[in-house]
Amino acid sequence: MNAASSPPDVPDAEFRVTFGDGAGGFGCRPDERVLLAMERQARTDIPVGCRGGGCGICRVQVVRGPYRTGPMSRRHITAEDAMEGYALACRLYVQGDLVLVRRPAPAASIPARVTT
Amino acid sequence: MAMTDVLRPGYLQVRVLDLEEAIVHYRDRIGLDLVEVAPDGRAYLKAYDEFDRHSIVLRQADESGLDVVAFKVSSEAALDALAGRLRNAGITTTTIPEGEQPGVGRRIRFRVPTGHQVELYATIALSDQGPMINNPDLWRTEPRGMRAIRFDHCLLHGQDIDGTAKIFTDILGFATSEVAVTPDGQPIAIFLSCGMKAHDIALVRHHEDGKLHHVSFLLESWSDIGHAADLIAQHNMSLDIGPTRHGATRGQTIYFFDPSGNRNEVFSGGYQFYPDNPTRTWTADQAGKAIFYYEKKLHETFLSVVT
Repeated sequence: MNAASSPPDVPDAEFRVTFGDGAGGFGCRPDERVLLAMERQARTDIPVGCRGGGCGICRVQVVRGPYRTGPMSRRHITAEDAMEGYALACRLYVQGDLVLVRRPAPAASIPARVTT
Repeated sequence: MAMTDVLRPGYLQVRVLDLEEAIVHYRDRIGLDLVEVAPDGRAYLKAYDEFDRHSIVLRQADESGLDVVAFKVSSEAALDALAGRLRNAGITTTTIPEGEQPGVGRRIRFRVPTGHQVELYATIALSDQGPMINNPDLWRTEPRGMRAIRFDHCLLHGQDIDGTAKIFTDILGFATSEVAVTPDGQPIAIFLSCGMKAHDIALVRHHEDGKLHHVSFLLESWSDIGHAADLIAQHNMSLDIGPTRHGATRGQTIYFFDPSGNRNEVFSGGYQFYPDNPTRTWTADQAGKAIFYYEKKLHETFLSVVT
């Protein structure tokens, strides 16, 4: 789509991001990152960390809807997680209405590295 | 100036999820010069005012975070002596041969109790783009972006910060410039200096080992911190907090994230530290003031978000 060809007073078509537990929800522009759309609308549904796929604090699971993802730390989204719809909201690009469940990174359960 | 055989933090290798994005960030925003993308796939960069060949190494990986922080020591003899002292203390050391990183000599690698890899080295090639030494101008070409002067220090998170600090103080000769303690006297943050900077490395207690809190670059002035804030806004970079000032170390600062979520700081100021200075202590009830001197409170994710 060519945004420049849209009349300036018509907002971009928006998809809807909602949560499986029925709480809240917000609009998201096509191919916009979920976390940035949330922040743009001054909402706090998902915790905000690094916004770069590194820290894992914004981990969610997509239970319905089309999306794509950018690079995310494998530590927080394993290949198996990705198959099951887990993603970091900062690297989650919306391609239709989405239903999410918040899934905070299980960092506390990651065993500490063996130290010498 | 250095006060010990350990001269300064020399280079740091950080993992990034997308090398091209990371190069744009560190070169065009922070203002480092790209030395090369080597055949090994790693990108080597340096700040305009650093003499040595490189100070930041970017390695593309599937997980963000820190590979290693390395300290330059005064001579090959000092390197041998420090390696011997590490081994005598029961610490396993590995020798990384000359040339594993282009231009860098033999390195001694060891793991500290907080899970981080630390290296020592004495030899690195001088950059042909280092600061001028004959009738020197300020710079060869005017600095870009945030105009970072040098890679300055890093802050690492892990469990046994006392154990890691003990290696830096007892074996490597660092002094403790500042500490933050719980009511029962347990350190929760330790600032360590090997020279006259308020800190060359800092440690914060955290439930996970091996974590990177931030990589820090020195800027010239408080107004350059404002300029960095303007660039962060202009380029929609991921801002964490600032501009503000730290109580601990007194640095004027702004925090933001690289495109892979590794936290960066650019800062200016801070006091000059001598190794005979008493250690400054912050109590837990004043932790907000220690970390953000103006706001006097922590924001929610500053200490918990790490890579």
